[in-house]
Amino acid sequence: MNIIKFLDEFTSEKLMEKNFSREAMFGTMANMGKKAALAAIPFGLATMSTKTYAQSGSGTPTSALQLALTLEYLEAAFYNKSLINGGIVEQFGDARSLAVYTLIARHENSHVAFLQAGLGADSIPSPEFDFTVGGMFDPFNEDPNVSGDVSYAQFLAISQALEDTGVRAYKGQAGNLISTPDLLTAALQIHSVEARHASEVRRLRGLKGWITRDERGAGMPAATQATYDGEQNTSQLGVDQIQFAPSGSNPLDAVTESYDEPLTGDQAVAIASVFIV
Amino acid sequence: MKKEIKVHSPKPIVGNGRRQFLKMSGLAVAGAGLLFACNDDDDFNPEPTGIFDLGSGDLGILNYAFALEQLEAAFYTNVVNSFYAGISDVERQVLLDLYYHEVIHRDFFAAAIASVADANQVLPTLEFNFNSIDFSNRDQVLATAKVLEDTGVTAYNGAGRFLTNPDYLVLAGKIVSVEARHASAIATLIDPTSVDFAGDDVLVDLGGSGIAYDAANLPSQVLSAVVGTGFVTTPFTANGLQ
Repeated sequence: MNIIKFLDEFTSEKLMEKNFSREAMFGTMANMGKKAALAAIPFGLATMSTKTYAQSGSGTPTSALQLALTLEYLEAAFYNKSLINGGIVEQFGDARSLAVYTLIARHENSHVAFLQAGLGADSIPSPEFDFTVGGMFDPFNEDPNVSGDVSYAQFLAISQALEDTGVRAYKGQAGNLISTPDLLTAALQIHSVEARHASEVRRLRGLKGWITRDERGAGMPAATQATYDGEQNTSQLGVDQIQFAPSGSNPLDAVTESYDEPLTGDQAVAIASVFIV
Repeated sequence: MKKEIKVHSPKPIVGNGRRQFLKMSGLAVAGAGLLFACNDDDDFNPEPTGIFDLGSGDLGILNYAFALEQLEAAFYTNVVNSFYAGISDVERQVLLDLYYHEVIHRDFFAAAIASVADANQVLPTLEFNFNSIDFSNRDQVLATAKVLEDTGVTAYNGAGRFLTNPDYLVLAGKIVSVEARHASAIATLIDPTSVDFAGDDVLVDLGGSGIAYDAANLPSQVLSAVVGTGFVTTPFTANGLQ
């Protein structure tokens, strides 16, 4: 089972060694144990980023779309690379996952084209990406010391994190688009497609299509936890939702699954930045 | 592994006018430029002023969402109260979760609208008729679920631009992505070999960039489609919505 191997990989000596280069990059981690260092590297640690392409927090429609474009560049580049002939999906996925990722890639490339056109002169170039996150992952099986199954499991895990992040990031920008209804509507039309992707990818990995509490789910590395932090919220518009959970449900599970929570621009940028060179 | 489900219904909000709603069938929405007639066999002649109007502005959109969530919750309540024979564990888990989620959405809208509007401005508890669905038939149940979830997605996407309160907009965003997650899961349950989770039959093109977007439909479009299902038997109007 891929997921099990994946989990094993994360506690194996080999991966800890792989992580060394990354650890060395951050002097503050020098005194930490290898295991602690691995657990302490969240996707959303902004200090890991050397460069931030998208401006965030300024609250303009342009900045909102630039953030969206950055995330779409990230997703499109990730899936395009996964789908090259003899690539990770073709080699280690099955016919269905190949069809799924072919479709998702097509969507992300469309989103890129749409946002570039929509931004016009305010469009931004694609950043350079490092999907190994400094050697922590090998989602495209470029390292001969990593087995294909492990790489494919990492690919799926990163895919899930990207899609769940995308959903939350678009949601967080909705308020910044409220003064531009056409752009808001377009963003919503992308946002729900990201949610469709997220659900499908999660289900491919054997999880529910929706996020329970703030659980990243089985087989997801601790480094992806920033994508899920805050999802355990049980209050909407100041109203406690637990009272609405039907009998038969686990109230906390049902309530937290019922609402996806937004990420702020800063949070989304921080998560994306770990992949940006 | 049977799980006992107790049906959880919101208390009727409108007492007096409700009875006359119950007597009617088949009707329902007259929005701007829309007029939906009663069924031919409807011998009840309602007072026009007795028909609830969703209202306008943010309140109208909240009531509109409340109507859709009532429909979804009522449908899944039927589903989980008598699961079709031969249901798989995964299907049961998905349908139970959808039931939980939609009931939570419905009951939250009831509370949220009641907290900002007069009692007579809150959409009453709607009545539904699902006689056209055979709930013992897997294909019918899942196909109906797909239509309802896809409709919900296009409805929230289209309604966002009419909200002026950013908190409501974010709330709608929190819900619509869960509806989209549902739609995706249901589509894959229906045909596990397909890529209908975000299929070309449901998605649309934007600006010539490709078929990669959920639709965003106006309330009038969505309500027209909802009326077309015949599921909603309580009449209401949407004169203040586009």
